[in-house]
Amino acid sequence: FLGEQCCTMKILTLLSLLATHLSASSVNIEENAGQFFSSGHTNNWAVLVCTSRFWFNYRHVANTLSVYRSVKRLGIPDSHIVLMLADDMACNHRNPKPATVFSHKNMELNVYGDDVEVDYRGYEVTVENFLRVLTGRLPPSTPRSKRLLSDDRSNILIYLTGHGGNGFLKFQDSEEISNVELADAFEQMWQKRRYNELLFIIDTCQGASMYERFYSPNLMALASSQVGEDSLSHQPDLAIGVHLMDRYTFYLLEFLEDIHPSSKANMNDLFKVCPKSQCVSTPGHRTDLFLRDPGSALITDFFGSVRKVEITMETINLTEPIQQVDGSVSDGSSVVPPGVHR
Amino acid sequence: PAPKPNQPTSFEATADKEDTSAPETVVQSSVPQPKDDFQEELVIRPLHSGDIYASFQFRTLWETDFMRGNKVSHYRLFPKSLGQVISKFSVRELHISFTQGYWRTMQWGQPFLPSPPGAELWVWFQDSVTDVDGTWKELTNVLSGIFCASLNFIDSTNTVQPSASFKPLGIGNVTDHRFLRYATLPREIVCTENLTPWKKLLPCGSKAGLAVLLKSEKLFHSSFHSQAVHIRPVCQDWQCKTTSWELRQTLNVVFDLHTPGQGKLEWSLFKMFSRTLTEACPLASSSKIYIDITDDPQGEQFEVSPATHLLSQAMVLGDRRTFSVYDLTQQITFGTVRSLNLLIRWKSSEDMLRPLLHAERYVAGYGLQTGEIHTLMYNNHPYRSFPVLLLDSVPWYLRLYIHTLTVTSKGKDNKPSYIHYQPSKDRVRPHLLEMLVQLPPNSVTEVTVQFERALLKWTEYTPDPNHGFYVGSSVISSLVPSIVAMDTNSTREQPLFSSFFPCKEESSYFMRVYTEPLLVNLPTPDFSMPYNVICLTCTVVAVGYGSLYNLLTRSFQIEEPSPGLAKRIANIIRKMRGVPPL
Repeated sequence: FLGEQCCTMKILTLLSLLATHLSASSVNIEENAGQFFSSGHTNNWAVLVCTSRFWFNYRHVANTLSVYRSVKRLGIPDSHIVLMLADDMACNHRNPKPATVFSHKNMELNVYGDDVEVDYRGYEVTVENFLRVLTGRLPPSTPRSKRLLSDDRSNILIYLTGHGGNGFLKFQDSEEISNVELADAFEQMWQKRRYNELLFIIDTCQGASMYERFYSPNLMALASSQVGEDSLSHQPDLAIGVHLMDRYTFYLLEFLEDIHPSSKANMNDLFKVCPKSQCVSTPGHRTDLFLRDPGSALITDFFGSVRKVEITMETINLTEPIQQVDGSVSDGSSVVPPGVHR
Repeated sequence: PAPKPNQPTSFEATADKEDTSAPETVVQSSVPQPKDDFQEELVIRPLHSGDIYASFQFRTLWETDFMRGNKVSHYRLFPKSLGQVISKFSVRELHISFTQGYWRTMQWGQPFLPSPPGAELWVWFQDSVTDVDGTWKELTNVLSGIFCASLNFIDSTNTVQPSASFKPLGIGNVTDHRFLRYATLPREIVCTENLTPWKKLLPCGSKAGLAVLLKSEKLFHSSFHSQAVHIRPVCQDWQCKTTSWELRQTLNVVFDLHTPGQGKLEWSLFKMFSRTLTEACPLASSSKIYIDITDDPQGEQFEVSPATHLLSQAMVLGDRRTFSVYDLTQQITFGTVRSLNLLIRWKSSEDMLRPLLHAERYVAGYGLQTGEIHTLMYNNHPYRSFPVLLLDSVPWYLRLYIHTLTVTSKGKDNKPSYIHYQPSKDRVRPHLLEMLVQLPPNSVTEVTVQFERALLKWTEYTPDPNHGFYVGSSVISSLVPSIVAMDTNSTREQPLFSSFFPCKEESSYFMRVYTEPLLVNLPTPDFSMPYNVICLTCTVVAVGYGSLYNLLTRSFQIEEPSPGLAKRIANIIRKMRGVPPL
């Protein structure tokens, strides 16, 4: 008798718990679904540039490749990444381990990997090509993989690394891009509606000077050092013989390795990466041009590629057979089957 | 050979794999199935220096017509990106190769598929193309996107139209050399970013079949690495009633004996590629590995394990070679462990046959004004002489003096029977020199030409001008007399490595040899000079003008110094008293 009462009590408590849990989770689902559509972007692009030539600038290529690796891991496909490397370190004849670029001493992490596509390499990485990629003013025969085909709903991540100074960044030891040119390029992009929001990260000496002149809306910028400070490299590897990475990007990579595609970490966490005790220089950031609150902007808004899904309730019939086209179609028209695009 | 039965479409293949009669009743639609075929092959040849040469070939044959009005839109084994390139740019033949390293003919013998260091691209266009130069420029841009290489640097300053070398390798009766373009980029670097898109063109990708062995960390840690794509139309049968498009992707690599650290003369698939094979590509109609055992038919010099009883003989490079064959489409090849790791161990090495034709090239002279290019061609045949076609493409900034061109064999003058020379035009086109030279038996022929270095404009220098400027390899094409009778029937079933170059006569075989590229220093200015000059001039002007201006316009006035605080207070009191100030 007591057992039956116990059972019903148990069942009642279980049911009530279940009900509250369901209502709570349904509230969560709605919240999640709401958040899903809250940010204004529908696609993500990344432009990653290493501007230094010569073997002793190995660390700049390693910087760029580690950001490339994180961005690919979090979901942005190769077709949406424009990777520019000014020199070849992996297959350089001085590299004791060919086809690898390491980010950590003792060769722990090969950021070059087995599946890398470099769009601009060697002598093609020039100020002119960089600005043309940003503004979209490329000659008509440029292939798709070398173009930034963003629209007004794209979030773009731009990462630059190399040697820089107060107000300029050196390309391949032979030319410079100034902060005024960069700011004007972003303004052109804004006027041509080529971005929704843009995150600009720069890891050079005196990097903060590069974002001083920005004046277009929806830009957020991070730099590894203030004006008058040098960005320092992290650690040399005695087997390879050069410094492997810069400090700021090293800690940035460490931070990004903990981010996964559904992470809720926001920009305020990114600003905390590499404090002065680790970086020796003072990283800076600029958010006054950014219209949203940085705390509401997720890391994956820029580093990841969150796919938007539309749920529909209607059914679609797929029973029609797919037409084979390779044959005699007399009237000249052709039915294109839903092919797979590379 | 009998025509192949209709291939079932991919979504029926899994169901109808065993039952070959069913597809013929299902596929009775009015539209014929595309007939395509894929074969893959790996040839391993131990070299006498202890190194090992591995050559992969992947061939896709497709009986279709890209040149028809209707666009081809259903691709199965043939990659779509290349099919679209062929139809859009009306390409008849396309050959592109990316090479890292230089093939050492004297130590390694002849390669199956020669290639020069850097990138090389040569294309025959269809005769329907009206603006060949414009199409060529667009084609190089598109290919640079497909292969992640800087092929967009190919322009009129490094493109030539050879008149006699580079005849079409596929079928083609039109040989108007206006439709041929040849360019080479000797500085082009080859790395994983070029291998990745190359692997993606294969039907099985790098996931099944022989392509799983292609791991970049091992492939680029080698003495020589070359990957290439060759597209050409071929005949399907003896009368050439049907033609198909052939796509060959080849990868040649020579692994150095001493790189992995061991000095033992022992190689295995795992040691070379850090992988073993577990299956053939399911889409391949043939998947074989050939190991060259010609030098040791009795098994005294080296041993191959696991042993195989399949042997094959092929006529390649003027020689009859014997190969052990491993057929990956047979499950028994993989044994009980379900994985194939070939082991080749040999005990001693002998001298190898000297190759009949090989060439060298170097720059002689001193200083930064003049120099001399020497090309040496060796004919090692004891009693036969044969003609060779030498193609030289020299950039415009090395101004060749053709009146100093000399060709000597055995100390005597050797006049070429055909010379085609197109002089360069500054910043527009390079020099093109083609000569047909008869090489006497057992001799060295030396071709020398003097040049002068030009001074480039400031903006034309690369960011690292002190590295030097490259001159592309010379190409030597020739029909070399062969020891054995070659097979002229091109439609017979033969392994891929012996069927690349078409064989028209039995007594000779076609060979192409590339020389080294040259690295030449041009007179390089000091690039910090403009900045220094501006600083110095501005300083001098400022100091000079400033001094002169001061002299002319400065005048001196006497002024009382301002009094101290005590004096000022005293002056105020005195003003109040009406007394004159201090």
